Amino acid sequence: MTGLPLIALVGNPNAGKSALFNALTGARQKLGNYPGVTVERKAGRLSLSDGRPTELVDLPGTYSLNPTSPDEQVTRDVILGKQMGERLPDALVVVVDASNLDNHLRFALELIALGLPTVVALNMVDLATRDGLELDAAVLSRELGVPVIPTVAVRRRGLDHLRTELEEALGAQAGKVRAAGEARGFDALRGEARRIAQAAIVRETPSRRLTAAVDRVALHPVSGLLLLLGLLFVMFQAVYAWSEAPIAMIEGFVGSASDAVTAALPDGLLRSFLVDGVINGVGSVIVFLPQILILFFFILMLEATGYMVRAAFMMDGLMARVGLSGRAFIPLLSSFACAVPGIMATRTISDPKDRLTTILIAPLMTCSARLPVYAVIIGAFIPARAVTLGIGLQGLVLFCLYISGIVGAMLAALLLRKTVTKGASGGFLMEMPKYQWPRPQDILLGLWQRAIIFLKRAGTIIFASTVILWLLLSFPKAPEGVSQVNHSIAGRIANGLNVVLEPIGFNRDISLALIPAMAAREVAVSALATVYSLDADEDEAKLERSLGERLKDSWPLPTALAFLAWFVFAPQCISTIAVTRRETNGWKWPLFMVGYLFVLAYVAAGITFWTATALGLG
Amino acid sequence: MRLTDLPLRQPAYVDLVDWNALSASDGQRLREFGLCEGASVEALHHGGLLGRGPIACRVGRMTVAMRRAHAAAITVRTGPEGAVA
Repeated sequence: MTGLPLIALVGNPNAGKSALFNALTGARQKLGNYPGVTVERKAGRLSLSDGRPTELVDLPGTYSLNPTSPDEQVTRDVILGKQMGERLPDALVVVVDASNLDNHLRFALELIALGLPTVVALNMVDLATRDGLELDAAVLSRELGVPVIPTVAVRRRGLDHLRTELEEALGAQAGKVRAAGEARGFDALRGEARRIAQAAIVRETPSRRLTAAVDRVALHPVSGLLLLLGLLFVMFQAVYAWSEAPIAMIEGFVGSASDAVTAALPDGLLRSFLVDGVINGVGSVIVFLPQILILFFFILMLEATGYMVRAAFMMDGLMARVGLSGRAFIPLLSSFACAVPGIMATRTISDPKDRLTTILIAPLMTCSARLPVYAVIIGAFIPARAVTLGIGLQGLVLFCLYISGIVGAMLAALLLRKTVTKGASGGFLMEMPKYQWPRPQDILLGLWQRAIIFLKRAGTIIFASTVILWLLLSFPKAPEGVSQVNHSIAGRIANGLNVVLEPIGFNRDISLALIPAMAAREVAVSALATVYSLDADEDEAKLERSLGERLKDSWPLPTALAFLAWFVFAPQCISTIAVTRRETNGWKWPLFMVGYLFVLAYVAAGITFWTATALGLG
Repeated sequence: MRLTDLPLRQPAYVDLVDWNALSASDGQRLREFGLCEGASVEALHHGGLLGRGPIACRVGRMTVAMRRAHAAAITVRTGPEGAVA
């Protein structure tokens, strides 16, 4: 869209900037990244009132032109025309929260002084009115020397007026750059902002009644904690319960697609590639789309309503003890569904070391892809008997696996904070926005963008790794009477791997299953199923039995327990490694993460195996 | 009295901020939140079951969450008047 006039949307966090951006551009948005930094570039097309197209870019919210995070740095550099990959904006739309004028006007004054054509959007005037505040936009406009338009982004109010003023600002300033005003100190700007705010306020009754009332419950040490736990409970229930039907649909679709290809093509390489490699491989990952979208629905809702900061507030005391910030809570929580969105959600953590630590421990949260593995092994090896009334042994083991992950993550955070991510804690300093009901369209748009990102990844990285694994398992072709798996490159790698894994109780079949499980953890189950069904080829009676029964015959109990311990820690997921590479901008940290998690997994599995053997469980 | 000791929901004014006790970026962020000598403040909630969590306070027209270490650097004065501009 280069060549179009560029308009930058800029303002404080919580000024309703994103809602205004959505309202002005609609669904035609382009997400990208600024070169060299992991800051998202969000742009869309904005038509002026005469129909002339312009490009509107939504800059990260910031409190001043003195940046404290990579996001804020981008905002400053774009506005000053110093950002790589971005041209100097032709005009600014400065978004200010009508009920927080003293503060937001200071930044607005700083921006206006730059001399770019500027229009101020006096946003969320409805909430200001709700809180008993009445403002005179004309007075503001006169004092600031730029047009001021009252808007309510979520109700689409004031947008046409804003477009008209932008058109005039662009037209009047075309070809000439206004001299920048003199830079004033922070205190001078604050004094000026306060004076202008006082002049513009027609009437005020000091209150934030709704927000204050909700916070009395939501931030209370007891009721607030209960509310948070209740919300989390509903969220996890929904991730599993609501996703059943759509997952069954996707599985049905994948199944019929592979049936159709199987029927249409003769047995051979091409069919094996399409069915085993492409359809089943990519299908096994797309199956997670419903869960990811449900999780993101909750996260987007919590974010848009203003509750997210409250959740961070409630958890900060606990997180501080392991050297993390309360802000790490939400990304870690998301990682229970999947570490990929969890790691993406760490972008809200401004301190780089806090953020890095959170990324590094996120894979330790028990994600949903581990459940199939846990379920098969527990079902086969742990007897279904009650420990005490109402508590079954199987459930207890599953619970212990989850707890092991959490405890492991907390210990890892403590250690990392004392070593590789050493440094002063970034602390916890956040503005608590007013509660607000979001527009459903904004939530849907956010979900749509997440879905596209996920599907793009499934179509590229996951597709490629699936194809590579299929190649490794299919070549070289085994001669008659020799197992294809044994003869394949993957089989030979497994034999080599087994030398390393034998001491912790793993057999060759496990080594073999671990290779394709690098693509996604749950693949371990289907890989084991393949291995044991190949073994059972000649024995029809054996083939009839379930995977669990066959595992029980082939593995001693210590091996099974070691296998579980391995999966608590092992970084068996290419998507997580890939997203870590993207979010940390290089291979250093993903490689470190993979290394330390494999060491942890090896040690944990080893200790489990040796202890269980010593106790005579074998 | 320090902001950490200020009883909940008792309006007060900032008397003094020990900027040296705060990191440069935290100090800047607090300033950007409108915290300065003379600003009106009110402690709203103490986080955490054991009272060791962060503090939510009103600063001017904003609600801000900060850790106790931040609040300990802020000296406040109660009373209806006495804003030092």
